[in-house]
Amino acid sequence: MLAILLIAFLVAGLAPLLHAPLGRRTGWVLALLPLGIFAYFLTFVPRVSQGEAVVHLTPWISSLQINLSFYLDGLSLLFALLISGIGALVLVYGGGYLEGDRYLGRFYLYILLFMASMLGLVLASNLITLFVFWELTSLTSYLLIGYKHQSEKARKAALQALLVTGIGGLALLAGLILLGFMAGTFELHELLAAPTPLQEHPAYLGALVLILVGAFTKSAQFPFHFWLPGAMAAPTPVSAYLHSATMVKAGVYLLARLAPAMGGTEVWLYAVAGFGLVTAFVGSYLALCYTDLKLMLAYTTVAALGTLTFLIGLGTPEAAKAMAVFLLAHALYKAALFMGAGSVEHGSGSRDVSQLAGLGPLMPLSFAAALLAAASMAGLPPLLGFIGKEVVYESVLHQAPSLLLVALVVAKVAVVAVALLVGLKPFVGSLRAPLGQKVHEVSASMWLPPLLLALLGLGFGLFPKPVEPLLVPAAGAVLGEAVAFYLALWHGLNLVLLLSLLTLLAGVLLYWLWERLGPALRVYERLFARLPERGYELSLEAMSALAAFQTRALQSGRMPRYLLLILSFTLLLVGSTLFLREGLVGRLDLAGFSVFEWALALLVLVGSLVVATTGSRLMAVAALGVVGYAVALIFLVYGAIDVAITQIAVETLTVILLVLVLRALPKGGLDVNPRGRWRDAALAVAFGALMTALVLGVTSLPFDTRLSEWFAEASYPLARGRNIVNVILVDFRALDTLGEILVLVTAAVGVYGLLRLRARRKERGGRV
Amino acid sequence: MNSLILRTASLFLVPLMFLFSLFLLFRGHNEPGGGFVGGLVAVGSFVLYAMAYGLAEARRALRVSPVTLVAWGIFLAFVSGLLAALYGTPYLTGYWLEYPLPGGLKLKVGTPTLFDIGVFLVVVGSILTMIFALEEE
Repeated sequence: MLAILLIAFLVAGLAPLLHAPLGRRTGWVLALLPLGIFAYFLTFVPRVSQGEAVVHLTPWISSLQINLSFYLDGLSLLFALLISGIGALVLVYGGGYLEGDRYLGRFYLYILLFMASMLGLVLASNLITLFVFWELTSLTSYLLIGYKHQSEKARKAALQALLVTGIGGLALLAGLILLGFMAGTFELHELLAAPTPLQEHPAYLGALVLILVGAFTKSAQFPFHFWLPGAMAAPTPVSAYLHSATMVKAGVYLLARLAPAMGGTEVWLYAVAGFGLVTAFVGSYLALCYTDLKLMLAYTTVAALGTLTFLIGLGTPEAAKAMAVFLLAHALYKAALFMGAGSVEHGSGSRDVSQLAGLGPLMPLSFAAALLAAASMAGLPPLLGFIGKEVVYESVLHQAPSLLLVALVVAKVAVVAVALLVGLKPFVGSLRAPLGQKVHEVSASMWLPPLLLALLGLGFGLFPKPVEPLLVPAAGAVLGEAVAFYLALWHGLNLVLLLSLLTLLAGVLLYWLWERLGPALRVYERLFARLPERGYELSLEAMSALAAFQTRALQSGRMPRYLLLILSFTLLLVGSTLFLREGLVGRLDLAGFSVFEWALALLVLVGSLVVATTGSRLMAVAALGVVGYAVALIFLVYGAIDVAITQIAVETLTVILLVLVLRALPKGGLDVNPRGRWRDAALAVAFGALMTALVLGVTSLPFDTRLSEWFAEASYPLARGRNIVNVILVDFRALDTLGEILVLVTAAVGVYGLLRLRARRKERGGRV
Repeated sequence: MNSLILRTASLFLVPLMFLFSLFLLFRGHNEPGGGFVGGLVAVGSFVLYAMAYGLAEARRALRVSPVTLVAWGIFLAFVSGLLAALYGTPYLTGYWLEYPLPGGLKLKVGTPTLFDIGVFLVVVGSILTMIFALEEE
C-alpha cells in the first residue's frame, strides 16, 4: 500500500509535465492512475468481506512508535474505493470543465496530491501517520480551494478552510497522542483488535474532546460548518470531490474509525449524535435559503455530514448499517449533482436556480444525470438513496426517542425540496437562461462522469447485492464487531415506508412553495450562516490586535528599552526562583585570592565605573575594552586558554565595531537622562548582585565531573583531537556549532540588510 | 587614517596576522585555537589593513565578496557532515585520513577539519560583511 501511495504522489508531481504534450487528453490519461488504484483495491474485497483485515508495516521512526503502517478493513476499503473511483471521474470531468485554463496542469497536480493524501489518511494505521496525511489533505485542499488565486474571494476562502481545519488539526494531534498513550499503542490495528477500556481512563474525556474538535472542524459540523460553503470558491470539480468522497468525509471517517475504541459512553452519544443532529438540521435549513446551485448543494453536504455523524454517535448495529449505506449513496449522488451544477453553469452561463428553467431539452444528458442523482438524494425508489434513507429512518425509529425522529424527518424534507430544486427546476418549463438560445450540451468528458455515477446509484438501488460485501464489513468496522445484513428495496408496508412517503410529499410541497417562502425562510439565516462566520472573523481580528499590541509593547525598536525588559524579566524570574527555592546559598571566601586576582578584580571594577560615569562615548568604549581584556585575563588565570584568546579577539573586534558605529552617530556626548540613569544604575546593580548570587549558588554545589572526565578521556580515541574545547565544537557537538554559525550568518545578513536599507533611502533622499 | 607608521607596520603585520589565523585554525584540534578564533584573528588582519589603506583597498585584497565567503563556509560545514551518510552513521560523524610524511610527521585530514574551515569562513565572512556595511555608512 505504501508503494501505491508513493506512485500516486510521484504521478502527481509528473502531472503538470504530462499536461503539455497530452493536451486535452490529459484528464483521461491521468484517470488511469486512480482507476488502477481502484482495481487494486477491488481485489481485496473478497478477503475483507470474509472479515479479514490487511496490515502492511514499514518502519519509519520506530523509536517514537511512528511507522508507515497501513490497515485495510471494511471501512478503509470502502473509503479507498470511493476516493479512487470518484477521483478518476473527477479527473476526467475536471479536464473538460477547466479546458483551456492557464493553470490546468497545476489543477492535475493539486487534485492528485490531494487524492494521494486522502488515500493515505484512510489507509493509515499509525495514529501519527494518519495525522500527517490529515494535515496533507488540509494543505492540498487549501491549494485546490485557492486554485483561482487571482480572485480575492478564493484566497480568503482557502485561508479560512486552512485555518479552521488547521486549528482542528492541532487539537487532533494532541488528542491522538493522548489516545496513543492511553491505549499503549499508536497502531490502530492493535488498538482496535484488543480494545483496552479507554472509556474509564482519566484522560478519556480530554482525548475525546480534542479528537472531536479535529473531526468536527474537518467535517464542517456546527458551529464550524461555515467554511464549507465558503470553499465553493473552488472550481466545481474540486467541490464535487471534496464534498462527495474526500476532505469533509475525513472527519466522519475518523469518528467511525475510533467509534469502537472510544464510543459507547454517554458523552460520546450526546456530543457526537447531538452535534450531528444539529448540523443536519442547520445544513438542510440553510440549503433552502440560497439560490446558487453550488451553495445549496454545499449546505446539503453539511446536512449529510451531520446525519452521518449522528449515526456514528448512536452506535447501534442498525445505525452502523445505515451509516455505511448512506455514505455510499451520498458519495454517488453528491458527486454527480456537483458535476451537474458545473455542467449547467458551463452550458447555460449561470448557476442561479432562480434564473434557470427549461434547460432539459437542450442538455438532455446532463439533465438525465442530474435528475437521477437528485432522485437518489430525495430518496425515491428504486435508487440507492431510497435504501439509504429507509435504513436511516429504521435505525432511529427502533432506538432513539421520537423527538430525534421528528428533527431528522424535518431535515430530510428540506433535502427533498433542495434535490428537486437542483435536479429538476433548472431543466423543466420554458427556457430561461443568461445564454438564451445558445444553451448547449457539454462535452462528453463532462456529461459522462455524472451520468455514470447517477446510473450506479440506480443500479445499486435495483441490485444492491454487489455492494453488500463492501458495506457489511464497513458497518462491522464502525460497530467493532461483525454484523450481517442484506439490502433490499422492498421492506414491506411498515412505518418506515410511511415516513418515507410523508417526507416525499412534504418535500414536494416545500418545493412548490419555495419561491413564495423565500423571504420568510431567510429570517434565521443570519443566525446560522453569518454568526459562526462572524465569530471566526472576530477571533482573527482579536488575534491580530493582540499581536499588534504585544509587538508595540515589547518591540519598541529602542535598544535601551529592550535591555531594560530583558534584564528586568531575568531579574524577576531567576531572582524569584533563587529566593523561593532557597538557592541563595554559598558564601564568599576571600582568603584564597592572590594579589594578581585582586588586581584584576580592581581593573574590572574601575573599568565598569568609568563606563558608567563618563560623558564621552569614545572613553566609554575604551573602558569597556579594558573590562573585556581583564575578564580575558581572568580566564587565563584559571587555565581556560581557548576561551581567553577568543575573548581577546572578540573584545578587539567589538571595540572596532563600536568605534565604527560611533563615527556614524551625530556629534556630542552621551545623552543622559538623570532619572533614567538612576533607574538604570539600580537595575545594573541588582542584576550584578543576581549574577553573583547565582555563581555563588552554583559553585557551592558539588561539581559533577562525569561529563568533563568523559570528554577528556574520549577526546583523542574517539575524535582524534587533544584540544577538548575544539573537539567538542567540531565533533561531539558539531550540530550545535552548525546552528551557531547559522545564527552568525543570520545576524550578518540582518545588519547588512538594515544598513543597505538606510543607504538606499538616503540615496532616494527620503527620511532615514 | 593616513599614518606612515601604520602603513609601513601593517605591511608586515597584516600577513603575519593572517598566517597566524591560519595557524590557529589548523592547530586547533590539538592545541588552543580553532576555526572561530582563527576567523576572528583573520578579520582583525583585514581591519588593520582597512585602517591603514582604506576600505576599498581592503575589499580588493579580499578578492571575493564577504557574502561569498559566508556561503562557502556554510556549505563546507554542512557538507562535511554528509560523508557520514555513506557509512550509515549519524550526520556529522567525524572521519579521518592519515598520511605519513617524511621526518616522522603525519598529515591528518578529517571531516572535522573541513567543518572547522567552514566555521572559519563563516566567521570571517559574517563579521567582514557587518564591518564593511558599517564602514560604508
